[in-house]
Amino acid sequence: MFVFLSPSLSLFSSFFLCLINIKMRILVGVKRVVDYAVKIRVKPDKTGVITEGVQHSMNPFDEIALEEAVKLKEKKLATEVVAFSFGGPKSAEVLRTALAKGADKAIHVTVSDAEAAKAEPLHVAQALQKIVEQEKFDAVFVGKQAIDDDASQTAPLLAGLLDWPQALYASKVEDGGAGSLKVTREIDGGLDTIKVKLPAVLSADLRLNEPRYATLPNIMKAKKKPLKAIAAKELGIDLTPQTSVLEVAEPAQRKAGGFVADVSELIAKLKEKGLVKA
Amino acid sequence: MKLRIPIRQILNYSIPKRSNHSYCLRPSIGLDSDLIEIQNVAHDFAKREMYPNMAKWDEKQELPLDVLRKAGEMGFGAIYCSSEFGGSDLSRLHASVIFEQLSMGCVSTAAYISIHNMCAWMLDTYGSDNLKAKHAEKIASFEELCSYCLTEPDAGSDAASIRTTARKQGDYYVVNGSKAFISGAGTSKKYFVMVRKDDGQPGAKGIFCLLIEDGMEGFSFAKKENKLGWNSQPTRILSFEDCKVPITNQIGENGYGFNIAMAGLNGGRVNIASCSLGAAQKSMDLAIEHLKIRKQFGKTLSNFQYNQFKLAELATKLHTSRLIVRDAAKHLDLGTEEKVAMCAMAKLHATDNCFEVVNGALQMFGGYGFLKDYPIQQYLRDIRVHQILEGTNEMMRLLISRDLLTNEIFWPN
Repeated sequence: MFVFLSPSLSLFSSFFLCLINIKMRILVGVKRVVDYAVKIRVKPDKTGVITEGVQHSMNPFDEIALEEAVKLKEKKLATEVVAFSFGGPKSAEVLRTALAKGADKAIHVTVSDAEAAKAEPLHVAQALQKIVEQEKFDAVFVGKQAIDDDASQTAPLLAGLLDWPQALYASKVEDGGAGSLKVTREIDGGLDTIKVKLPAVLSADLRLNEPRYATLPNIMKAKKKPLKAIAAKELGIDLTPQTSVLEVAEPAQRKAGGFVADVSELIAKLKEKGLVKA
Repeated sequence: MKLRIPIRQILNYSIPKRSNHSYCLRPSIGLDSDLIEIQNVAHDFAKREMYPNMAKWDEKQELPLDVLRKAGEMGFGAIYCSSEFGGSDLSRLHASVIFEQLSMGCVSTAAYISIHNMCAWMLDTYGSDNLKAKHAEKIASFEELCSYCLTEPDAGSDAASIRTTARKQGDYYVVNGSKAFISGAGTSKKYFVMVRKDDGQPGAKGIFCLLIEDGMEGFSFAKKENKLGWNSQPTRILSFEDCKVPITNQIGENGYGFNIAMAGLNGGRVNIASCSLGAAQKSMDLAIEHLKIRKQFGKTLSNFQYNQFKLAELATKLHTSRLIVRDAAKHLDLGTEEKVAMCAMAKLHATDNCFEVVNGALQMFGGYGFLKDYPIQQYLRDIRVHQILEGTNEMMRLLISRDLLTNEIFWPN
């Protein structure tokens, strides 16, 4: 290696390093949600769904985002993977799972269970923004949506707050060279391939990868990995909700059908209901 | 020291709030968060990797090596062995919780995994460092499979009467004899064989344990047995004709083989009983779903009081079985004086009662329960053998009564 004594040395070498590979620190958002296999029931007072005593797990799309980050670390494209969760005390469980599946550290932004029930994607995005600003991450990976509220807003809101480029609904992630990622997205009618310059926000779609299992030795090792808790209030986030839930109700029960005698009666009925043009 | 452990366990013993929609048979009831985490992992594995294939493995009589290797990656190959040689360093209670979950996915395959674990533990506990360094990691990863070989054609319950002999000749033992009902035989690479030293004492004291590997000269297999259940694992008779085994393959000291075999079986009994729990649990789930859907006389079967009461009885049998099995596992973990009797009681109670649970659940399916298109008959066929092996349930009664009649009673007059 030649050494040039020039003021542009550091600039040059960092540019050069970028060309060889990217060395990212990735923050991965993981949310604790009611497990996908649980039959959801509405609370009798219609204020929400029953979550007490119900099996919870890591949001499946966040699991995919985490898996991708861990894979990038295994390919030496990332140096560190840090799991993040915003939620009540039990969110620490999904962070432990994330540590068992390959995250190096975990950050838990804590709120009370009551606050967590009313938290909105904007609050989560703001917490992510604060952590990114404090700890200097190069990328934030999250699932494309959480399976409880299906909001799909955290990633784009965060990209807006940080003023970073976004790569949403990623189905393939590759090194794009020169400090960028090449991301393939499944869109209506085909595949959309984009290049995003780091730092960037990425959200994971279903077919990006198949998450690994946490192995027994890794579960045990995860207990020794650092898990830091910070209160959302300490980060200065205003948790006032911007929306209010009017009512949560079960989908309408399917009504029993009836029988028709022949095709002409069927067509008459369909016309009567306005399902075919008269 | 010993006193502190149970107290800590009592403190850890969390009683989660009763949920609005999870029944009293939930297998996580009474477990701390650490055990629940591991239970979830085993449950996911059983659900994704095993349950969808169990009928196929049974029909084709094939041992799913790919799934075993995956189980090895998960750390299921040497659950209660030291991490120094690739083990997962967990407790017997963890193992019980894991086997219970895996057996919901396939009893036969889970039971084989448990036998493999028993062998891994024997090597880990009694093997020399050289033997461990050479074999333990390959065993933990399921790269090489293990079989436990005690029973002979003429020595079953009377295990101390085995006649397979080993004669020392220079650096080798020359082994002659045969072993029967060997699970995994033909597929396994390593066989943990109990042999009698030819100049040794008769009975239990003359027995020691040898690690015999597939391919050693003079070691052969008979044809694969045709069985009622446990079809995903092969069972064969082994024959040794002047089979030469290096003396360095000895596990434990001379005269200790019977102790090793019995120590292994204590854990084996808890493991096998855990496999019965899984079959009973899944059968109950299947039956409950069926009762709510199937209609006769204009109402669902769940509306008939006979079925309601029967279901309650079966649930009680399953729950008491689970309590006694987990309790025995704790006795093994703590190494208590009573562990032999506790493991025997757990095996006797759980394998008998869980068979009744599965049989009762099958009855609720009526004719459908008898069809191979439904999984319940496979659970029934697969767990029937749990009342026979790892010591028959008759021998369990012998062990329990021996403990009762040879030890101090609680309140002598």
